[in-house]
Amino acid sequence: MTTESKSLTKPRKPPVWNDPTYRAIFFQLLLLVLVVGFGLYIFNNTTANLERQGIASGFGFLQTTAGFDIITHLIDYTEESTYGRAFMVSLINTLVLAAIGIVLATILGVIVGIARLSPNWLIARMATVYIETIRNIPLLLQIFFWYFAVLRSVPHPRDSMQIFDTFFLNNRGLYSPAPLFEQGFWLIPAALGIAIIAIITIAIWAKRRQERTGQPFHTVWVSLGIFFGLPLLAAIVTGFPLTWEYPELKGFNFRGGMVIIPEFMSMLLALSIYTAAFIAEIVRAGIQAVSHGQTEAAYALGLRPGPTLRLVILPQALRVIIPPLTSQYLNLTKNSSLAAAIAYPELVSVFAGTVLNQTGQAVEIIAITMAVYLALSLLISLFMNWYNQKMALVER
Amino acid sequence: MVTTTQTPPGAYVPGAHPNLPPPSSSVGAVGWMRSNLFSSPANTLLTLVAIYLLYTLIPPVVQWAFLQADLNGDSREACTSGGACWVFIKSRFAQFMYGFYPDAERWRVDTLGIMLVVCLSWLLIPHLPAKKWVILFALLIYPIIAFFLLYGGSFGLEIVETPQWGGLMLTLVIAIVGITTSLPLGILLALGRRSNMPLVRAVCVVFIEFWRGVPLITVLFMASVMLPLFLPEGVNFDKLLRALIGIMLFSAAYMAEVVRGGLQAIPKGQYEAAAALGLGYWKMMGLIILPQALKLVIPGIVNTFIGLFKDTTLVLIIGLFDFLGIIQSAATDPKWLGYAVEGYVFAAAVYWLFCFSMSRYSQHLEQKLATGHKR
Repeated sequence: MTTESKSLTKPRKPPVWNDPTYRAIFFQLLLLVLVVGFGLYIFNNTTANLERQGIASGFGFLQTTAGFDIITHLIDYTEESTYGRAFMVSLINTLVLAAIGIVLATILGVIVGIARLSPNWLIARMATVYIETIRNIPLLLQIFFWYFAVLRSVPHPRDSMQIFDTFFLNNRGLYSPAPLFEQGFWLIPAALGIAIIAIITIAIWAKRRQERTGQPFHTVWVSLGIFFGLPLLAAIVTGFPLTWEYPELKGFNFRGGMVIIPEFMSMLLALSIYTAAFIAEIVRAGIQAVSHGQTEAAYALGLRPGPTLRLVILPQALRVIIPPLTSQYLNLTKNSSLAAAIAYPELVSVFAGTVLNQTGQAVEIIAITMAVYLALSLLISLFMNWYNQKMALVER
Repeated sequence: MVTTTQTPPGAYVPGAHPNLPPPSSSVGAVGWMRSNLFSSPANTLLTLVAIYLLYTLIPPVVQWAFLQADLNGDSREACTSGGACWVFIKSRFAQFMYGFYPDAERWRVDTLGIMLVVCLSWLLIPHLPAKKWVILFALLIYPIIAFFLLYGGSFGLEIVETPQWGGLMLTLVIAIVGITTSLPLGILLALGRRSNMPLVRAVCVVFIEFWRGVPLITVLFMASVMLPLFLPEGVNFDKLLRALIGIMLFSAAYMAEVVRGGLQAIPKGQYEAAAALGLGYWKMMGLIILPQALKLVIPGIVNTFIGLFKDTTLVLIIGLFDFLGIIQSAATDPKWLGYAVEGYVFAAAVYWLFCFSMSRYSQHLEQKLATGHKR
């Protein structure tokens, strides 16, 4: 009896090669050896190849003079600037393109997404056709279409298309008046900054007061008043220190004013129209995910349509919308690298294109380029995770 | 006390009158329009704006693409009517399909295309027998035939080097190779990411997040510039093969995330039940978990396929002449300058057809495989 119970409590030990613990250790060691060995193999080959081809290594090239010009730069840049400076210029160009693209794509996407749910049959159908057409056509093709077929075939500067004699569209770009800041202009952005801080403070105070006493506060109207009132006041005090410089046709081209180059415009159009189709589907799914019972329950509690949307529907819809929306923003940022195909001077086109061709330091340059995009996506992912945790359903 | 009430003449008697038909304004075309197009002043305004938009947009497009289009002839002189010049597409059609593949060898591409269509339609049409054998043929034997037919070099076939490949054929080669290699690799990566072994998990996470974090174009640059540096002296890959490797790794990472979503959706009870039945890891995954998980994520998998198909256009940036690349180069040919729009419209129509039919088929498959777990 005792021997039997002993054999039950103490099972026969499996052989080492069948024991899951030892197996796991063995497979992980094997994987480690493979990965490290592969890495070493690549490293050895690369150093040998670089030595043989006489290519310098290291990041010293960033201090070398670049010697090429970049057509759009938001920070000072000349042909004498360094490769490091060229990197900064192209990175800023990428970020600007991505940021404006994200704003436009969101606006268009939300409109189309809501239009798709419209009770108006025609509007809903048009939104569906837009989505199904745009998202099934490659982005690169759309970029080519806007750049080569539309913006490169508009008239020459001499017979530009014009709107009110202030905006001129020709094959060199879109010319618009440029703001000229005079003395004392800094007061206006300063006032705007103060206004934003004041609005946030008021919003927090109003929310606390409502939670304590139940009395609502007209936050929206007060905020709007402060947002436009304070800068206007500053402008009146300083005497409107802003004039516009209009573009004028001189010789074969326009002088003065601001110019948006066709490369930028076609990238912006293609990116925002393409991404908007995906955002529209996300918005539609998010709104449909909130059941109609929520609306009815809110009405039954006596909430009016405005607060119902703001306090009940949107927070629940946003929970569904935000994660895929963030990944669309990320996609848009990564897709901005397609600008290399039409030579808009952004990161891939300038740094992984021109600089790579001039220096030949492929490893460092591709590594830097990839690191930039990786850092961007990690940042956005971190933000997304933080937001997700904040918005996640607190279940009881 | 019983009183019999006499109905006064003309009073309402239930059932004595025939039911009146609904008002003509709420049924039929008028009723539909009233409820769907003109239900409120705002809706009426929207409808009118939409009709105006369509009116300004559609007639000129139809005029350009069909009514005034030129179809006959073989040079740009034939395009005189001011509409679309489809002559451009017609005269370059063979190049758009085959790239620079030699004329005499194009039957090889045709044969493969016909075989592909037969295999696919055999699989897609329900109730056809021996599907298992067709799948085996398509996955194991077809790639070998395809390689020997496309590249040649044996069985008395002339070698056609990959720089001569191009057009829609190249696009399909890249897309099909990408799709068929990224799915198994993605499944392996997803399993690795859900593994209990910390080192395996770490390697998979780093791999997936790295490829997902960078744009495909930098991957292709890396494949075309850096990959030759990684290899020992004298060893060199074909440019197309390098691009294929880049695309495969890139889309495998996306596929892994999709599959992981399916794996996470399977209840723990399924794993425990499989373990209780005495199944080992691979049997548990292959027989119990993966069939359910993959079914759940069919839409995601097909979306990744569609994305991959659209992304094949990027190879033109590293100098391969895929379908879009060859149209782009034809549009910049001095002989046909100014007819880029026709080329782009044709390309868009072809890409749209492929992607749209894929998404429709995935919806159909989703409905067919649904087992009623959905609310």
